[in-house]
Amino acid sequence: MTFQVELVSPEDISYSGEAEMVIARTVEGGDIAFQPGHVPFIGVLSVWSVEVIRPDGERDVFAVHRGFVQVAGTKVSILSDVSETADEIDIERAKEARVSAKELIQSNSEDQEAIASLERSEVRLRVAGVEV
Amino acid sequence: MAGGKERVLRRRIGSVQNTKKITRAMELIAATRVVKAQQRARSAKPYAEQITSVIENLAAGGAEVDHPLLRKAEKVSCVGVVVISSDRGLAGPYNSSVIRAAERQVQNARSEGADYSLVVIGRKARDYFAFRNFNIDSYTEGISDNPTYEDARRIAETVSEMFSERKVDRVELVYTEFLSIGSQKVAVRRFLPLEDTEVIASEGGGDSNSSTAFEFEPSAESVLEALLPRYVEARLFGALLESAASEHANRQRAMKAATDNAEELIIKLSREMNQARQDAITTEIMEIVSGAEALGSDSEKVTEMLDLVGSSSENNS
Repeated sequence: MTFQVELVSPEDISYSGEAEMVIARTVEGGDIAFQPGHVPFIGVLSVWSVEVIRPDGERDVFAVHRGFVQVAGTKVSILSDVSETADEIDIERAKEARVSAKELIQSNSEDQEAIASLERSEVRLRVAGVEV
Repeated sequence: MAGGKERVLRRRIGSVQNTKKITRAMELIAATRVVKAQQRARSAKPYAEQITSVIENLAAGGAEVDHPLLRKAEKVSCVGVVVISSDRGLAGPYNSSVIRAAERQVQNARSEGADYSLVVIGRKARDYFAFRNFNIDSYTEGISDNPTYEDARRIAETVSEMFSERKVDRVELVYTEFLSIGSQKVAVRRFLPLEDTEVIASEGGGDSNSSTAFEFEPSAESVLEALLPRYVEARLFGALLESAASEHANRQRAMKAATDNAEELIIKLSREMNQARQDAITTEIMEIVSGAEALGSDSEKVTEMLDLVGSSSENNS
Protein backbone atom coordinates (compact mmCIF):
# COMPACT_ATOMS: atom_id res chain seq x y z
CA MET A 1 0.00 0.00 0.00
CA THR A 2 1.27 3.45 -0.82
CA PHE A 3 0.27 7.04 -0.32
CA GLN A 4 0.99 10.35 -1.97
CA VAL A 5 3.84 12.53 -0.70
CA GLU A 6 4.27 16.17 -1.57
CA LEU A 7 7.06 18.46 -0.55
CA VAL A 8 5.57 21.92 -0.91
CA SER A 9 7.77 25.01 -0.91
CA PRO A 10 6.45 28.56 -1.18
CA GLU A 11 7.64 28.76 -4.77
CA ASP A 12 6.32 25.45 -6.04
CA ILE A 13 5.79 21.77 -5.35
CA SER A 14 9.38 20.62 -5.21
CA TYR A 15 8.74 16.91 -4.87
CA SER A 16 5.77 14.73 -5.44
CA GLY A 17 5.46 10.99 -5.59
CA GLU A 18 4.20 7.70 -4.21
CA ALA A 19 5.72 6.34 -1.04
CA GLU A 20 5.45 3.45 1.36
CA MET A 21 6.74 5.30 4.35
CA VAL A 22 7.83 8.78 5.39
CA ILE A 23 10.19 9.35 8.31
CA ALA A 24 10.50 12.79 9.90
CA ARG A 25 11.39 14.33 13.23
CA THR A 26 9.19 16.75 15.11
CA VAL A 27 10.32 19.54 17.41
CA GLU A 28 9.77 17.38 20.47
CA GLY A 29 12.83 15.48 19.31
CA GLY A 30 11.19 12.21 18.40
CA ASP A 31 11.35 10.52 15.04
CA ILE A 32 7.99 9.71 13.61
CA ALA A 33 7.25 7.43 10.69
CA PHE A 34 4.08 7.57 8.68
CA GLN A 35 2.61 4.68 6.78
CA PRO A 36 -0.58 4.58 4.77
CA GLY A 37 -3.56 4.68 7.08
CA HIS A 38 -1.89 6.82 9.71
CA VAL A 39 -4.31 8.92 11.75
CA PRO A 40 -4.68 12.52 10.60
CA PHE A 41 -1.67 14.34 11.96
CA ILE A 42 -0.18 17.81 12.00
CA GLY A 43 3.28 18.41 13.41
CA VAL A 44 6.03 20.99 13.52
CA LEU A 45 9.26 19.62 12.07
CA SER A 46 12.59 20.22 13.66
CA VAL A 47 15.75 20.95 11.69
CA TRP A 48 16.31 17.43 10.48
CA SER A 49 15.99 15.19 7.50
CA VAL A 50 12.83 13.84 5.96
CA GLU A 51 13.10 10.40 4.41
CA VAL A 52 10.70 9.18 1.79
CA ILE A 53 10.75 5.44 1.11
CA ARG A 54 9.44 4.76 -2.35
CA PRO A 55 7.55 1.61 -3.35
CA ASP A 56 10.65 0.30 -5.16
CA GLY A 57 12.62 0.45 -1.93
CA GLU A 58 14.66 3.47 -2.90
CA ARG A 59 14.78 6.34 -0.46
CA ASP A 60 14.77 10.06 -1.13
CA VAL A 61 16.24 12.19 1.63
CA PHE A 62 15.73 15.90 2.14
CA ALA A 63 17.16 18.36 4.60
CA VAL A 64 14.23 20.32 5.99
CA HIS A 65 15.19 23.38 7.99
CA ARG A 66 11.81 24.59 9.03
CA GLY A 67 8.39 23.31 8.31
CA PHE A 68 5.28 21.33 9.02
CA VAL A 69 3.96 17.95 8.16
CA GLN A 70 0.31 17.25 7.57
CA VAL A 71 -1.05 13.76 7.11
CA ALA A 72 -4.62 13.61 5.91
CA GLY A 73 -6.24 10.62 4.30
CA THR A 74 -3.92 9.21 1.67
CA LYS A 75 -1.71 12.24 1.43
CA VAL A 76 1.33 13.48 3.29
CA SER A 77 2.24 17.13 2.76
CA ILE A 78 5.48 18.57 3.98
CA LEU A 79 5.40 22.35 4.03
CA SER A 80 8.76 23.95 4.22
CA ASP A 81 10.27 27.20 3.04
CA VAL A 82 13.78 25.76 3.17
CA SER A 83 14.36 22.23 1.97
CA GLU A 84 17.18 20.67 -0.01
CA THR A 85 17.91 17.39 -1.67
CA ALA A 86 21.25 15.63 -1.28
CA ASP A 87 22.31 16.84 -4.74
CA GLU A 88 21.66 20.46 -3.90
CA ILE A 89 23.88 20.45 -0.84
CA ASP A 90 27.34 21.94 -1.03
CA ILE A 91 29.29 19.60 1.25
CA GLU A 92 32.38 21.78 1.51
CA ARG A 93 30.34 24.79 2.47
CA ALA A 94 28.39 22.84 5.06
CA LYS A 95 31.64 21.56 6.57
CA GLU A 96 33.04 25.05 6.79
CA ALA A 97 29.82 26.36 8.30
CA ARG A 98 29.93 23.55 10.87
CA VAL A 99 33.48 24.36 11.93
CA SER A 100 32.88 28.09 12.25
CA ALA A 101 29.60 27.55 14.11
CA LYS A 102 31.36 25.25 16.59
CA GLU A 103 34.00 27.87 17.22
CA LEU A 104 31.34 30.47 17.88
CA ILE A 105 29.55 28.18 20.31
CA GLN A 106 32.77 27.50 22.18
CA SER A 107 33.29 31.18 22.82
CA ASN A 108 29.64 31.82 23.57
CA SER A 109 27.42 28.84 24.29
CA GLU A 110 24.29 31.04 24.29
CA ASP A 111 24.68 32.15 20.66
CA GLN A 112 21.33 31.07 19.20
CA GLU A 113 22.32 31.89 15.66
CA ALA A 114 25.42 29.75 15.85
CA ILE A 115 23.47 26.86 17.36
CA ALA A 116 20.93 27.06 14.55
CA SER A 117 23.72 27.24 12.01
CA LEU A 118 25.39 24.19 13.52
CA GLU A 119 22.12 22.28 13.36
CA ARG A 120 21.63 23.25 9.73
CA SER A 121 25.11 22.29 8.66
CA GLU A 122 24.88 18.95 10.47
CA VAL A 123 21.61 18.01 8.88
CA ARG A 124 23.01 19.00 5.50
CA LEU A 125 26.01 16.76 5.97
CA ARG A 126 23.82 13.93 7.20
CA VAL A 127 21.56 14.18 4.16
CA ALA A 128 24.55 14.40 1.85
CA GLY A 129 25.77 11.13 3.31
CA VAL A 130 28.82 12.48 5.15
CA GLU A 131 29.45 11.07 8.60
CA VAL A 132 29.11 13.72 11.29
CA MET B 1 13.08 77.64 -48.51
CA ALA B 2 10.22 75.50 -49.69
CA GLY B 3 11.62 72.10 -48.62
CA GLY B 4 11.89 73.15 -44.96
CA LYS B 5 8.56 71.84 -43.71
CA GLU B 6 9.07 68.58 -45.53
CA ARG B 7 12.45 68.07 -43.94
CA VAL B 8 11.09 68.75 -40.45
CA LEU B 9 8.30 66.26 -40.97
CA ARG B 10 10.67 63.64 -42.33
CA ARG B 11 12.79 63.98 -39.22
CA ARG B 12 9.77 63.63 -36.94
CA ILE B 13 8.64 60.50 -38.76
CA GLY B 14 12.09 59.05 -38.25
CA SER B 15 11.99 59.74 -34.52
CA VAL B 16 8.49 58.31 -34.14
CA GLN B 17 9.64 55.21 -35.98
CA ASN B 18 12.51 54.78 -33.54
CA THR B 19 10.16 55.18 -30.60
CA LYS B 20 7.87 52.61 -32.12
CA LYS B 21 10.71 50.12 -32.34
CA ILE B 22 11.46 50.61 -28.65
CA THR B 23 7.86 50.32 -27.49
CA ARG B 24 7.36 47.25 -29.66
CA ALA B 25 10.40 45.60 -28.07
CA MET B 26 9.17 46.47 -24.59
CA GLU B 27 5.77 45.08 -25.42
CA LEU B 28 7.24 41.76 -26.50
CA ILE B 29 9.48 41.53 -23.44
CA ALA B 30 6.57 42.29 -21.12
CA ALA B 31 4.48 39.67 -22.90
CA THR B 32 6.98 36.90 -22.15
CA ARG B 33 7.47 38.13 -18.58
CA VAL B 34 3.79 38.21 -17.82
CA VAL B 35 3.51 34.54 -18.74
CA LYS B 36 6.41 33.66 -16.46
CA ALA B 37 5.08 35.76 -13.60
CA GLN B 38 1.68 34.17 -13.97
CA GLN B 39 3.29 30.75 -13.89
CA ARG B 40 5.12 31.63 -10.68
CA ALA B 41 1.98 32.97 -9.05
CA ARG B 42 0.23 29.72 -9.94
CA SER B 43 2.95 27.45 -8.62
CA ALA B 44 3.05 29.38 -5.35
CA LYS B 45 -0.64 28.64 -4.75
CA PRO B 46 -0.29 25.10 -3.29
CA TYR B 47 1.83 26.31 -0.37
CA ALA B 48 -0.61 29.05 0.59
CA GLU B 49 -3.50 26.65 0.22
CA GLN B 50 -1.82 23.99 2.33
CA ILE B 51 -1.04 26.49 5.07
CA THR B 52 -4.64 27.63 5.03
CA SER B 53 -5.81 24.06 5.16
CA VAL B 54 -3.63 23.39 8.22
CA ILE B 55 -5.12 26.46 9.88
CA GLU B 56 -8.57 25.14 9.00
CA ASN B 57 -7.80 21.87 10.66
CA LEU B 58 -6.40 23.64 13.69
CA ALA B 59 -9.49 25.80 13.95
CA ALA B 60 -11.64 22.69 13.75
CA GLY B 61 -9.50 21.17 16.48
CA GLY B 62 -10.33 24.16 18.66
CA ALA B 63 -6.85 25.64 18.88
CA GLU B 64 -6.87 29.04 20.57
CA VAL B 65 -3.77 31.07 21.07
CA ASP B 66 -2.93 34.52 22.24
CA HIS B 67 -0.47 35.22 19.48
CA PRO B 68 0.93 38.74 19.01
CA LEU B 69 -0.12 38.67 15.36
CA LEU B 70 -3.75 38.24 16.43
CA ARG B 71 -3.74 41.18 18.84
CA LYS B 72 -6.66 43.46 18.22
CA ALA B 73 -6.07 46.97 19.49
CA GLU B 74 -9.03 48.73 21.06
CA LYS B 75 -7.82 52.06 19.83
CA VAL B 76 -5.83 52.30 16.63
CA SER B 77 -3.19 54.96 17.10
CA CYS B 78 -1.03 54.11 14.10
CA VAL B 79 -1.93 52.45 10.81
CA GLY B 80 0.72 50.69 8.78
CA VAL B 81 0.33 50.80 5.02
CA VAL B 82 2.27 48.33 2.89
CA VAL B 83 2.26 49.42 -0.73
CA ILE B 84 3.61 47.33 -3.60
CA SER B 85 4.61 49.34 -6.66
CA SER B 86 7.21 48.81 -9.38
CA ASP B 87 10.72 50.13 -9.83
CA ARG B 88 10.25 51.22 -13.40
CA GLY B 89 7.52 53.20 -15.08
CA LEU B 90 5.99 52.92 -18.54
CA ALA B 91 3.39 50.57 -17.15
CA GLY B 92 0.29 52.61 -17.83
CA PRO B 93 -1.82 53.36 -14.78
CA TYR B 94 -0.28 50.52 -12.74
CA ASN B 95 1.76 52.62 -10.32
CA SER B 96 -0.43 55.67 -10.10
CA SER B 97 -3.55 53.71 -9.15
CA VAL B 98 -1.87 51.64 -6.46
CA ILE B 99 -0.16 54.75 -5.06
CA ARG B 100 -3.42 56.66 -5.02
CA ALA B 101 -5.10 53.84 -3.09
CA ALA B 102 -2.25 53.85 -0.58
CA GLU B 103 -2.45 57.59 -0.14
CA ARG B 104 -6.16 57.26 0.54
CA GLN B 105 -5.36 54.79 3.30
CA VAL B 106 -2.97 57.29 4.84
CA GLN B 107 -5.61 60.01 4.65
CA ASN B 108 -8.19 57.72 6.24
CA ALA B 109 -5.79 57.08 9.08
CA ARG B 110 -5.25 60.79 9.53
CA SER B 111 -8.94 61.58 9.54
CA GLU B 112 -9.40 58.96 12.26
CA GLY B 113 -6.80 60.86 14.20
CA ALA B 114 -4.23 58.11 13.84
CA ASP B 115 -0.65 58.26 12.73
CA TYR B 116 0.59 56.32 9.71
CA SER B 117 3.61 54.26 8.90
CA LEU B 118 4.56 53.50 5.32
CA VAL B 119 6.24 50.31 4.19
CA VAL B 120 7.12 50.91 0.58
CA ILE B 121 8.12 48.38 -2.04
CA GLY B 122 9.26 49.71 -5.42
CA ARG B 123 10.98 52.91 -6.45
CA LYS B 124 7.90 54.55 -7.98
CA ALA B 125 5.94 54.68 -4.72
CA ARG B 126 9.05 55.80 -2.85
CA ASP B 127 9.58 58.70 -5.27
CA TYR B 128 5.96 59.74 -4.96
CA PHE B 129 5.80 59.68 -1.17
CA ALA B 130 9.28 61.06 -0.61
CA PHE B 131 8.52 64.00 -2.91
CA ARG B 132 5.43 64.80 -0.86
CA ASN B 133 7.32 64.58 2.43
CA PHE B 134 5.61 61.49 3.76
CA ASN B 135 7.53 59.47 6.32
CA ILE B 136 8.72 56.20 4.87
CA ASP B 137 9.61 53.68 7.54
CA SER B 138 10.81 50.86 5.38
CA TYR B 139 11.76 50.77 1.75
CA THR B 140 12.69 47.88 -0.53
CA GLU B 141 13.64 48.11 -4.17
CA GLY B 142 14.87 45.80 -6.87
CA ILE B 143 12.43 42.98 -6.14
CA SER B 144 9.13 44.05 -7.60
CA ASP B 145 9.37 42.48 -11.04
CA ASN B 146 10.73 39.15 -9.83
CA PRO B 147 10.14 38.66 -6.11
CA THR B 148 11.60 35.71 -4.23
CA TYR B 149 10.23 34.13 -1.10
CA GLU B 150 13.25 35.36 0.79
CA ASP B 151 12.23 38.96 -0.07
CA ALA B 152 8.71 38.32 1.14
CA ARG B 153 10.03 36.76 4.34
CA ARG B 154 12.21 39.75 5.10
CA ILE B 155 9.47 42.31 4.56
CA ALA B 156 6.91 40.23 6.44
CA GLU B 157 9.32 40.04 9.33
CA THR B 158 9.77 43.82 9.38
CA VAL B 159 6.04 44.38 9.34
CA SER B 160 5.30 41.70 11.93
CA GLU B 161 7.93 43.19 14.21
CA MET B 162 6.44 46.67 13.89
CA PHE B 163 3.10 45.14 14.78
CA SER B 164 4.32 43.03 17.69
CA GLU B 165 6.20 45.97 19.15
CA ARG B 166 2.96 47.97 18.99
CA LYS B 167 4.42 50.59 16.69
CA VAL B 168 1.40 49.99 14.49
CA ASP B 169 -2.00 48.67 15.50
CA ARG B 170 -3.31 47.77 12.11
CA VAL B 171 -1.63 47.06 8.78
CA GLU B 172 -3.24 47.44 5.38
CA LEU B 173 -1.74 45.82 2.32
CA VAL B 174 -2.19 47.73 -0.94
CA TYR B 175 -1.29 45.82 -4.09
CA THR B 176 -2.61 44.97 -7.53
CA GLU B 177 -4.64 41.83 -7.90
CA PHE B 178 -4.08 39.81 -11.05
CA LEU B 179 -7.52 38.65 -12.13
CA SER B 180 -6.65 37.73 -15.70
CA ILE B 181 -4.28 38.88 -18.36
CA GLY B 182 -6.78 41.53 -19.41
CA SER B 183 -7.91 42.63 -15.99
CA GLN B 184 -6.05 43.67 -12.87
CA LYS B 185 -7.36 45.77 -10.06
CA VAL B 186 -6.04 47.51 -6.99
CA ALA B 187 -6.79 45.65 -3.80
CA VAL B 188 -6.64 46.91 -0.23
CA ARG B 189 -6.54 44.07 2.26
CA ARG B 190 -6.30 43.88 6.01
CA PHE B 191 -2.86 42.40 6.62
CA LEU B 192 -2.56 42.51 10.40
CA PRO B 193 -3.97 41.71 12.88
CA LEU B 194 -4.78 38.39 11.35
CA GLU B 195 -8.38 37.38 11.33
CA ASP B 196 -9.35 34.74 13.83
CA THR B 197 -8.46 31.27 12.74
CA GLU B 198 -12.14 30.50 12.13
CA VAL B 199 -12.37 33.34 9.62
CA ILE B 200 -9.19 32.27 7.83
CA ALA B 201 -10.57 28.77 7.77
CA SER B 202 -13.94 29.81 6.35
CA GLU B 203 -12.25 31.84 3.61
CA GLY B 204 -10.86 28.50 2.69
CA GLY B 205 -8.85 27.58 -0.33
CA GLY B 206 -7.71 24.42 1.36
CA ASP B 207 -8.99 21.02 0.38
CA SER B 208 -9.06 19.47 3.79
CA ASN B 209 -11.83 17.58 5.41
CA SER B 210 -12.42 19.46 8.62
CA SER B 211 -14.51 16.76 10.22
CA THR B 212 -11.54 14.48 10.78
CA ALA B 213 -9.89 14.70 14.18
CA PHE B 214 -6.22 15.50 13.91
CA GLU B 215 -3.40 14.63 16.22
CA PHE B 216 -1.10 17.54 16.87
CA GLU B 217 2.51 17.49 17.83
CA PRO B 218 3.66 19.12 20.07
CA SER B 219 0.21 20.66 20.56
CA ALA B 220 -2.40 22.45 18.50
CA GLU B 221 -1.41 25.74 20.09
CA SER B 222 2.28 25.49 19.36
CA VAL B 223 1.62 24.34 15.79
CA LEU B 224 -0.54 27.40 15.30
CA GLU B 225 2.07 29.61 16.86
CA ALA B 226 4.72 28.36 14.45
CA LEU B 227 2.32 28.52 11.55
CA LEU B 228 0.98 32.08 11.79
CA PRO B 229 4.25 33.82 10.81
CA ARG B 230 4.49 31.49 7.81
CA TYR B 231 0.94 32.38 6.88
CA VAL B 232 1.81 36.08 6.97
CA GLU B 233 4.84 35.46 4.76
CA ALA B 234 2.87 33.38 2.29
CA ARG B 235 0.21 36.06 2.01
CA LEU B 236 2.74 38.77 1.32
CA PHE B 237 4.54 36.55 -1.15
CA GLY B 238 1.28 35.91 -2.97
CA ALA B 239 0.61 39.65 -3.14
CA LEU B 240 4.11 40.31 -4.46
CA LEU B 241 3.73 37.69 -7.18
CA GLU B 242 0.33 38.98 -8.25
CA SER B 243 1.67 42.52 -8.34
CA ALA B 244 4.59 41.43 -10.49
CA ALA B 245 2.28 39.71 -12.95
CA SER B 246 0.02 42.78 -12.98
CA GLU B 247 2.97 45.07 -13.58
CA HIS B 248 4.05 43.13 -16.64
CA ALA B 249 0.50 42.87 -17.95
CA ASN B 250 0.01 46.61 -17.52
CA ARG B 251 3.31 47.37 -19.21
CA GLN B 252 2.45 45.11 -22.10
CA ARG B 253 -0.86 46.88 -22.56
CA ALA B 254 0.65 50.34 -22.25
CA MET B 255 3.38 49.52 -24.75
CA LYS B 256 0.92 48.03 -27.18
CA ALA B 257 -1.10 51.24 -27.05
CA ALA B 258 2.07 53.26 -27.53
CA THR B 259 3.06 51.18 -30.55
CA ASP B 260 -0.40 51.59 -32.08
CA ASN B 261 -0.31 55.32 -31.48
CA ALA B 262 3.11 55.56 -33.08
CA GLU B 263 1.82 53.73 -36.13
CA GLU B 264 -1.11 56.10 -36.40
CA LEU B 265 1.14 59.10 -35.98
CA ILE B 266 3.46 57.84 -38.70
CA ILE B 267 0.55 57.56 -41.12
CA LYS B 268 -0.68 61.04 -40.25
CA LEU B 269 2.74 62.60 -40.53
CA SER B 270 3.48 60.87 -43.83
CA ARG B 271 0.29 62.33 -45.29
CA GLU B 272 1.25 65.76 -44.05
CA MET B 273 4.71 65.34 -45.47
CA ASN B 274 3.43 64.26 -48.86
CA GLN B 275 1.14 67.23 -48.96
CA ALA B 276 3.96 69.60 -48.02
CA ARG B 277 6.08 68.14 -50.77
CA GLN B 278 3.29 68.50 -53.32
CA ASP B 279 2.77 72.09 -52.23
CA ALA B 280 6.43 72.81 -52.72
CA ILE B 281 6.33 71.33 -56.20
CA THR B 282 3.27 73.33 -57.15
CA THR B 283 4.92 76.50 -55.93
CA GLU B 284 8.00 75.73 -57.94
CA ILE B 285 5.98 75.20 -61.11
CA MET B 286 4.16 78.45 -60.53
CA GLU B 287 7.43 80.23 -60.14
CA ILE B 288 8.85 78.77 -63.31
CA VAL B 289 5.74 79.49 -65.32
CA SER B 290 5.55 83.07 -64.15
CA GLY B 291 9.26 83.43 -64.75
CA ALA B 292 8.80 82.19 -68.31
CA GLU B 293 5.89 84.50 -68.92
CA ALA B 294 7.97 87.43 -67.73
CA LEU B 295 10.44 86.67 -70.47
CA GLY B 296 7.73 87.79 -72.86
CA SER B 297 6.81 86.68 -76.37
CA ASP B 298 9.83 84.52 -77.06
CA SER B 299 7.51 81.59 -77.69
CA GLU B 300 10.26 79.10 -78.36
CA LYS B 301 11.75 79.65 -74.94
CA VAL B 302 8.39 79.31 -73.22
CA THR B 303 7.72 75.98 -74.87
CA GLU B 304 11.20 74.84 -73.94
CA MET B 305 10.63 75.77 -70.34
CA LEU B 306 7.23 74.12 -70.18
CA ASP B 307 8.83 70.95 -71.50
CA LEU B 308 11.43 71.19 -68.76
CA VAL B 309 8.76 71.71 -66.09
CA GLY B 310 6.76 68.83 -67.46
CA SER B 311 9.61 66.41 -67.19
CA SER B 312 10.61 67.63 -63.71
CA SER B 313 7.06 67.32 -62.29
CA GLU B 314 6.88 63.80 -63.72
CA ASN B 315 10.02 62.99 -61.80
CA ASN B 316 8.55 64.45 -58.70
CA SER B 317 5.16 62.83 -58.70
